[in-house]
Amino acid sequence: MPNESRIDQLREEAWAKGAVTGRGVDVAGGPIPRKPGYYGQPIVRPPVWTWEIPIYFFVGGLGGMSAVIALAAMLFHHFDVARSAMWVAGVASVLSPILLILDLGRPHLFINMLRVFKPQSAMSMGAWILTAFGMCVVPGLTTLELQTFHPFAGAIDQILGVAAGILILGSAIFGMLLATYTGVLIGATAIPAWFLHHKLLPIHFGAAGLGSAAGLLELLGHRIAPLNAIGLFVAAVETVLLIWLSINKHGVADRAIHAHGSGWLIRIGEVFTGPIPLVLRFFGVIPLAAVSFLIGALVSRFGWIAVGKISGRDPESVLASQR
Amino acid sequence: MIGEGTHSTNQRGHTYVRDNVEVGFFTDPTVCIGCKACEVACKEWNHVPDDGFVWSGNSYDNTGHLGASTWRHVMFVEQDRQKGGQIVGSHSLGNPNGEEPFRWIFLSDVCKHCEEAGCLEACPTGAIVRTEVGSVLVQNDVCNGCGYCGVSCPFGVIDRRPQPLPEAGGAFKCTFCYDRQKSGLPPACAKVCPTESIVFGRLDDLRARATQRVHQLREHGYSDAQLYDPTETSVRGTHAFFLILGEPEAYGLPPKPQIPTIHLKAAWTAAFATAIGTIAVTLASFAFFS
Repeated sequence: MPNESRIDQLREEAWAKGAVTGRGVDVAGGPIPRKPGYYGQPIVRPPVWTWEIPIYFFVGGLGGMSAVIALAAMLFHHFDVARSAMWVAGVASVLSPILLILDLGRPHLFINMLRVFKPQSAMSMGAWILTAFGMCVVPGLTTLELQTFHPFAGAIDQILGVAAGILILGSAIFGMLLATYTGVLIGATAIPAWFLHHKLLPIHFGAAGLGSAAGLLELLGHRIAPLNAIGLFVAAVETVLLIWLSINKHGVADRAIHAHGSGWLIRIGEVFTGPIPLVLRFFGVIPLAAVSFLIGALVSRFGWIAVGKISGRDPESVLASQR
Repeated sequence: MIGEGTHSTNQRGHTYVRDNVEVGFFTDPTVCIGCKACEVACKEWNHVPDDGFVWSGNSYDNTGHLGASTWRHVMFVEQDRQKGGQIVGSHSLGNPNGEEPFRWIFLSDVCKHCEEAGCLEACPTGAIVRTEVGSVLVQNDVCNGCGYCGVSCPFGVIDRRPQPLPEAGGAFKCTFCYDRQKSGLPPACAKVCPTESIVFGRLDDLRARATQRVHQLREHGYSDAQLYDPTETSVRGTHAFFLILGEPEAYGLPPKPQIPTIHLKAAWTAAFATAIGTIAVTLASFAFFS
C-alpha cells in the first residue's frame, strides 16, 4: 500500500543514486546512460528462427540416427528393426525439408538453397546433407520394402538387395552428418552462448539424435538388448554433458545457459535425457526411459534456440565473450 | 576535407566500379551535427520502408539499431567525460577541467562491409556477394530468407525484414548504394552529409585521411580519439570505419569482432568425431548384445 514513508524513501533513493527505476519507469538515457554498451541495445542479432527450427533439429537428429541404427540392424540380421528404422528415417526425410521451408522468409525460393555448394557455410552444407539423406532414404526404404515382399524374382531381386544395402549405407552416412551438423550450424555464429560451445553442440545433438532414435524404435515395439545398450550409453553421455554444462566456465558470456527461462529449458532437457533415463534403464523401465529421452531431446532443442535469442539480445554477454 | 565543395569525393562523379577500385566510408563523429540527413537520404533513395515510430527516450536517438529497415543509424552517445578541451558543466565556468564533465557524441553507424564478411560466408544461396568496389551486397531476388546471415554478422547489422513491411522475409542491409556507384554517383548518405562527417572515397585515401584526423584530434586535446577498424581480428578490417572517442563498447561496437567461420574447423571435427562415435557405438551394441 502506498504511504507517505514510501514517498520519503523514494526521495532518499533519488538523492543517493541520482536515479530511481521500477514500475515500468526506466532512466534509459541522460544525463549518463546506466545500461551496458549503447543504451543496452543488442550488439549482435538474435536468431529470427521460430518453432520450426528446434523441431527440425529434433526430427533431423532422430531420423538421421535412425538410418545409422538401420544399417547396424541390417548387418546383424535384425531385419524388422531395420525396416522400422528406415520408415522413421523416411518420415523424417520428408518432414525435415517441410519444417525448414516453413521457417524461410520466402518459402517459394527454397530451391535457391541448392544454387551453390559452400563448404564454409554450415547452412549450405546442411541443405546438401539433407538432400543427399532424402535421396538415399526414400529409394533405400523402397528397395528394402521390395526386399521384404519379393514381388520380383531372380536377378532383379538380387540387384534390389544390393541396391538396398548401398542406399542404407548412404542413408547412415548422411544421417549421422544430418544429426550432428546442426551443432556446427549454431556453433559457428556470432551468438556468444552458442559459439562458446561450438565443440559441445555437435556431440550433444548427435547423442540426443541417437538416443531419440533408439527410444522411438523401442516404443514401436522393438524391445531388444542392442537398443537398450545404445539408450544406456547416450543417457550416460548426456549425464556427463549435464555436469559439463553446469560448470560455469564463461560467466556472463554464456549466462543464457545458466539463467533465465532458457537456462531452465537446457537443464530440464539434460535431466530428461541424462540421469532420468539412465536410472530408469538401470531398473529396466525401458518405455518410460524412452519417453523421457524423447521429451528431453525435444525440450533441449527448444532450449538451445531460446539460449541463442537471449544471448544475442544481451550486449554484456557479447562484450564479455570478447574480453 | 570540409570546404572542398564540388571537388569533394562526396560530391563528384567517379568510375570506381568500372576501374575495380576499393572504396570505403570514413565516419567522423567530431564533425557530426546529428541531423540524420544520412538516415533520411538512405531510406528515400533505397525505398527502405518506415518501420515504425518508437519513442526510445535514449537521448535524441529514436532509431535504435541498424537492421533490415535501418541502414544508417545516427547514435547519440552521452558520456561523463570531457570532449577535447571543451569547457563543460554549469559549475565549471572558468575551470577547463570541469567539475561535471559531460559530452554528447553523434556517430552515424552503417554496415561495416568487412574484409572477411560473416554474412557473406554464411549465406547458403549465394545471394550475398562481394562487388567490384569491395562492398558486400545482398542480391534480393536470390535471398530466400533463411536468417543465417543475421546470426553470423559480428556487428548485428544484417537482418530479416519482418511482416508486414514491403519485401518482407528477405535479408536487408546497406548496399553501399551499389546502384548509384555503378552510375558513377557517391552513396546517398555521403552526398547529403552537410559537414562531411561521412566521407566516401577510395579505401587507401580514406585510411590515410582517418589516421591523419586521429593525429590532428589528439594534438588538439582529444586524447581518447582512436580509429575503429578491426584489422587485428579475423574480420581483417572493414570498408566502413569510424573515428571514435573513448571505447567502442559505448557505441555498441564489439571490441574484438570475429568472423564465425573461425569456429568451423573445431566444430566440424567434433561433428565428424561424434558421427564416427555414434556409428561405432551402434555397431558395437548390435555386435555384443544380439
